[in-house]
Amino acid sequence: MRLTVLPVLTVVSAIFLIWYAAAVWLNAPWAYDKATRTGETLSAQTLVADTWSQEKPKLPAPHQVGAEIWKTTVEKKITSKRSLIFHSWVTLSATMLGFALGTGLGIALAVGIVYNRTMDMSVMPWVIASQTIPILAIAPMIIVVLNAVGVSGLLPKAMISMYLSFFPVVVGMVKGLRSPDAMQLDQMRTWNASPSQTFWRLRLPSSMPYLFTSLKIAMAASLVGAIVGELPTGAVAGLGARLLAGSYYGQTIQIWSALIMAAALAAALVGIIGLVQRVTLKRMGMT
Amino acid sequence: MMWIVFALAVWAVGWRVNARLAAGPGTRITGLAIPVIFGMTLIAIWEGMVRGLEISPVLLPAPSMIALRFAASTDILWEDFVQTVIKGALSGYILGCGSAFAVAILVDRFDFLRRGLLPVGNFVAALPVIGMAPILVMWFGFDWQSKAAVVVVMVFFPMLVNTVQGLQSSSAMQRDLMRTYAAGYWTTLLKLRLPAAMPFVFNGLKIASTLALIGAIVAEFFGSPIRGMGFRISTSVGQLALDLVWAEIVVAAIVGSAFYGGVALIERAVTFWHPSQRH
Repeated sequence: MRLTVLPVLTVVSAIFLIWYAAAVWLNAPWAYDKATRTGETLSAQTLVADTWSQEKPKLPAPHQVGAEIWKTTVEKKITSKRSLIFHSWVTLSATMLGFALGTGLGIALAVGIVYNRTMDMSVMPWVIASQTIPILAIAPMIIVVLNAVGVSGLLPKAMISMYLSFFPVVVGMVKGLRSPDAMQLDQMRTWNASPSQTFWRLRLPSSMPYLFTSLKIAMAASLVGAIVGELPTGAVAGLGARLLAGSYYGQTIQIWSALIMAAALAAALVGIIGLVQRVTLKRMGMT
Repeated sequence: MMWIVFALAVWAVGWRVNARLAAGPGTRITGLAIPVIFGMTLIAIWEGMVRGLEISPVLLPAPSMIALRFAASTDILWEDFVQTVIKGALSGYILGCGSAFAVAILVDRFDFLRRGLLPVGNFVAALPVIGMAPILVMWFGFDWQSKAAVVVVMVFFPMLVNTVQGLQSSSAMQRDLMRTYAAGYWTTLLKLRLPAAMPFVFNGLKIASTLALIGAIVAEFFGSPIRGMGFRISTSVGQLALDLVWAEIVVAAIVGSAFYGGVALIERAVTFWHPSQRH
């Protein structure tokens, strides 16, 4: 543990240093521009101070982003349209719905693939092929079409999340459900176990480590799906909408704060699954 | 009504054929034929349902309509292909994977860096990096340079993590053997550790190949010149020209599969010795 803490801290602080330096470098032209117009000469100190506190910088400094996040999470009411928590919640709910749908679909497909040879041979290649298609490209169309049919709000975004998240679950679960070896399956047969007993008592429990690994990937993918799904809805609500609105109006600080928020959300969600994984596997005696 | 019956009949026949093929001995031909038949029944059902239920082409065009549109607008599709795939995705892919590979070799030399960068890299690989797209479009302008930059950022960390892991994958015994041969760092790297890392490197390259296409297309949603696949998709959706959108999707699907398949073929040639390649 201690072996990793120090290097990680070093790398993270190096990233912050580079970030601050890059902020100076990228924002300096604007600062010089402003100074020549007002006829001032910039000393090194005022230059740095200016590049770190511009209103629409090319690259906002970390403390500006931090301040913006603080302002839009703690100081705004949650129901306010300007609250980042409100937007995060919109994205989170679509992510969770899509994740649940995707996991359900993935497990159902995996069970079908493991138990039905025809399905294995006909569906599995298409499952793999479906992921070489850049599905996010279809996101705007799915949203618009579903809107036209009268489905709007959470579901269209969740559909995109579902499409992105079912794949890792299928692949992981097929591997997991097939992980019991021939000896264990023979053992079940000597006990005269029915297929459903074999499934519930042997295959499903032994697939758990695989399931959790793929759930982590699915969750990250699901969040990406929800964010991209929010782009074409016309920037109404959600972290993706914040990104789009920010890019329309050149509000870089807003973009970065939405980005950091999305990163924190992803980290938290994957972390929660990791926690559930550890507890579950421990209670099942698998670690 | 006729069309719906037709679709269901095709489905039933296709599934019967597949079930019979799957029950038989598995050869290479059945392994190829079954998914093809399945895919064709899916398309037949799509066609039949769209015609039978008279779904408006604004919502879901029939496959035949998409094929016609595809044939009629190959020049537009080619222009978009060049803009998005060749200029945006491919240049970003080469740049991103190449720099990640170089950084991985550098990181691997210093144990401290490796221990620090690997957890951070793993963390970043799980983040919604695609959100960087608007920022990079702002920095690099609307043309393909910004798309390539998005692709570089997206593929960098998965590639880095995989390569660093791969460089660790040779066993202590193998490295000791190199030492008894009096091989220096570079010889060990070239003759042992890089070849041993190749399965991991190709894993990273495969992941990056799908990410590259996604990155290039999504980045165009945030601003682009008046060509490119992402641009065409988002504007055609606005004009309700869904057949053109689907034609672009067909192009994207073909490109994505070809890209992935190409990497997989090279992998088979390079890592022929690996157990997963020996059937």
